[in-house]
Amino acid sequence: MTNQTSEQWTVPPDGQPPENQPHWRQDFPIDWPQDQYVFRREFIKFLLLTSGAFTAGQFWFLVQRLWQRGQAALPSQEIAQVNDMPIGGSKLFQYPQGSPARLLVRVNEATFVAYEQQCTHLTCPVIPAVDEGELHCPCHEGVFDLLSGHPISGPPRRPLARVKLEVRDGKVYATGLEERTI
Amino acid sequence: MSYRSRFALKQRMTIAAGILCIVVIIIILQLWLFTATMNAVLGGDVSILWPAALASLVCLVLNVGLLWYLYDLER
Repeated sequence: MTNQTSEQWTVPPDGQPPENQPHWRQDFPIDWPQDQYVFRREFIKFLLLTSGAFTAGQFWFLVQRLWQRGQAALPSQEIAQVNDMPIGGSKLFQYPQGSPARLLVRVNEATFVAYEQQCTHLTCPVIPAVDEGELHCPCHEGVFDLLSGHPISGPPRRPLARVKLEVRDGKVYATGLEERTI
Repeated sequence: MSYRSRFALKQRMTIAAGILCIVVIIIILQLWLFTATMNAVLGGDVSILWPAALASLVCLVLNVGLLWYLYDLER
């Protein structure tokens, strides 16, 4: 224990000389500087796992994208009858079937808008406030513009995904989905 | 330890601390890149996917290189 070289540099944690150390420490000496060095090295090794996880996540996005590219475009789907929708009224629907809920709102006589119902902040369902021309998220007081779906105030930064609509023969059809960042 | 390094243990401790700092900075950069990519992807902007994945891969290679260098110091 007292024979120290540059690579075996045993220093007890209390800094006392070896003869003052308890017997157990004299019998089982620990090279503390070496221990600290190994800890730093192993911690870096652990951080590499984190780095690898981020990289794997990025490539997971890529794989998902390639998977989606192979799928067909969304079909046109009837979602409501014009006569069943009063002005200021709203209706939930799924487009495509099995997807998260979408929200159809009749703004005035001729204008319909439809968005994904999940808030872009933390996916709480948004509630239309047609008189105010807004969509409200009650969870964190997020507010979106009813006509554009863009965030007006609160924590959301991305606009709501918009469902493309077509009105023909007294029926409202969803024809596509537009995801947006700005 | 039976090996002999070209650096003393104290020097390697300092180098390891420096490498640790660099690795942490790179990982924070990766975290930012990941959240920015996720935000873009959820918004339907997929043009950023390849550059972001490659940048993240470069960060990982850098981190692996730094760890490799640390092990190399011990030889």
